[in-house]
Amino acid sequence: MNKKPKLSLGPILYFWPREQVFSFYKSISETEVDIVYLGETVCSKRRQLKLDDWLELADMLQQAGKEVVLSTLTLLEAASELSTLRKICASSPYTIEANDMAAVQILSGKNAFVTGPSVNIYNPQTLAVLAEAGLKRWTLPVELGRETLTDMHASRPEGVETEVFAFGRLPLAYSARCFTARASNLPKDDCQFRCLDYPDGLMLRTRDYESFLVLNGIQTQSAKTQNLVASMDAFIELGIDVLRISPQSVNTGKVIDLFHRCRQGEISPAQAEAEIQPYLLSGECDGYWHEEAGMNLEVAPPQKNKPAPNEKKQECA
Amino acid sequence: MELVCPAGNLPSLKAAVDNGASAVYMGFRDDTNARHFAGLNFDDRRAEEGIDYARKKGVKVFVAINTYPQPAGWQRWQDAVDQAAALNVDALILADIGVMDYASKRWPEQRLHLSVQGSATSVEAINFYHQRFAIQRVVLPRVLSIKQVKQVAGESPVPIEVFGFGSLCVMVEGRCLLSSYVTGRSPNTYGACSPANAVSWNETPDGLETRLNNILIDRHGNGENAGYPTLCKGRFNVGGNTFYAIEEPTSLNTLELLPELQAVGVSAIKIEGRQRSPAYVARVTRVWREAIDRCTENPERYQADAEWLGVLEKLSEGSQTTLGAYHRPWQ
Repeated sequence: MNKKPKLSLGPILYFWPREQVFSFYKSISETEVDIVYLGETVCSKRRQLKLDDWLELADMLQQAGKEVVLSTLTLLEAASELSTLRKICASSPYTIEANDMAAVQILSGKNAFVTGPSVNIYNPQTLAVLAEAGLKRWTLPVELGRETLTDMHASRPEGVETEVFAFGRLPLAYSARCFTARASNLPKDDCQFRCLDYPDGLMLRTRDYESFLVLNGIQTQSAKTQNLVASMDAFIELGIDVLRISPQSVNTGKVIDLFHRCRQGEISPAQAEAEIQPYLLSGECDGYWHEEAGMNLEVAPPQKNKPAPNEKKQECA
Repeated sequence: MELVCPAGNLPSLKAAVDNGASAVYMGFRDDTNARHFAGLNFDDRRAEEGIDYARKKGVKVFVAINTYPQPAGWQRWQDAVDQAAALNVDALILADIGVMDYASKRWPEQRLHLSVQGSATSVEAINFYHQRFAIQRVVLPRVLSIKQVKQVAGESPVPIEVFGFGSLCVMVEGRCLLSSYVTGRSPNTYGACSPANAVSWNETPDGLETRLNNILIDRHGNGENAGYPTLCKGRFNVGGNTFYAIEEPTSLNTLELLPELQAVGVSAIKIEGRQRSPAYVARVTRVWREAIDRCTENPERYQADAEWLGVLEKLSEGSQTTLGAYHRPWQ
């Protein structure tokens, strides 16, 4: 039988006050998560924490037994953003998560690096080029699913680990425009840090009031939470190395705990699926993993209060 | 500055060539290019005919193979690269690292451009593709301000191409998954955004509703023009207000920035619109040809002609245009 996947906590995608970030990671240090990604990946104007603060958190988490990775900006525009990226890559004692090809280039041939879901690795040929450059772990782009991953694992380079975005609102797009500022009628250059008002992003609904997307500054996310805990058996069977949980402002520790107990076999995937329901912010989806529209939900909805192992719908191949 | 124009089919190619394009770009009839629409694009015979037509008039031909293959479809992308190289086109416009790796090894003499779908916004990202695959040009995503374009153009090891006119992607290209979230198909995986097979139009008591895979993109009252439901250009409700929360139906138009683009070292202007008609391509190409010529002759005295702007505005989405990210307040 394959080994159990490690659990990672992705970077905080939202803008939280400094004290909240510190207390969040204090609580995370006591969870069963194995890997923690730290740093700002969405907007360079979010500066509640400086690099030294992130490094302080990194040291604390490492002492608590966590593997720490420093995450970097996804969409680089200003020259100052490139300077910051170069500085992080040059001085970090921790592994870097590249979220843009700029970071891949800076680290190529120098330090082993990991890639986040916004680096486009869609085929084994790409994986091979990046492995040669120093890639040690890649994250499956969120729009890809199980079949593609299975095919890619058939020719995965030696020593390269695979990570899957398993829980959280999906990061779907990045823009030069700040949609949170736009919704407040403010220009991006004078955004007044409105993102601080929305610890899990700002809901965008359709005109018939369906929760559709979440605006998170220049990033657009799914309103629904992608939750793949029900596919735990498939992850183990496929030899997925790491399952990523994306932080939300509430109940992240409880989600980690359910994923942990599920990977340990203490609870069934169906039971984990049922117990995780209260922690979903606004709906659930898993379509991408099943090679469908990302917003779709394939797993059978759990029956309240009566979770049973045979409840789980067959994975569609 | 080179003028790079869209050729969705042979008549459009001829329209672009006849009206002053320096180069045209085309795709094959499958998901290997980012305008994978029914009835569009070129088979081998048409491509040969088009290349022949362009060559006789001294116009270059580029082939876009700018989507991201997954393992099950890899062969199609490899075939497209081989086909384009065999046609002896002037450049391949590529996005995927694996495809670039294949093309640069199999056809080392073939000129390669990095597609806008490659999502390179900084000199470091450009260096990656230049050092590994010897790309000779990069098309910049529509996310940089004019100051940032200048910065990148000043440091880039290869010439820069930017978008001048056409439909506007609000999100950084190559990393927008909104379409596959709703429909299962995205520009990266399928070569189309908000694909037509997922669109429905329904007359309701509240107005004409446009839906994408059953998600309400917009609702249009009497007298309101209902455009194609591109999902980032619908009206949505945020914080109790209903508005174009992401972007309005509008087209990018940088005609008035032309001297600045020239001054910061941009080498080519791309016109979007392979899905548009030959008449559209002819009119847009003619305006831009005249503008580039006038700007090259005398950049200090250049001004966007009111007549040109009128022509372009009429051809724009929602009959309005924007400077997009080039202009800081848009952001």
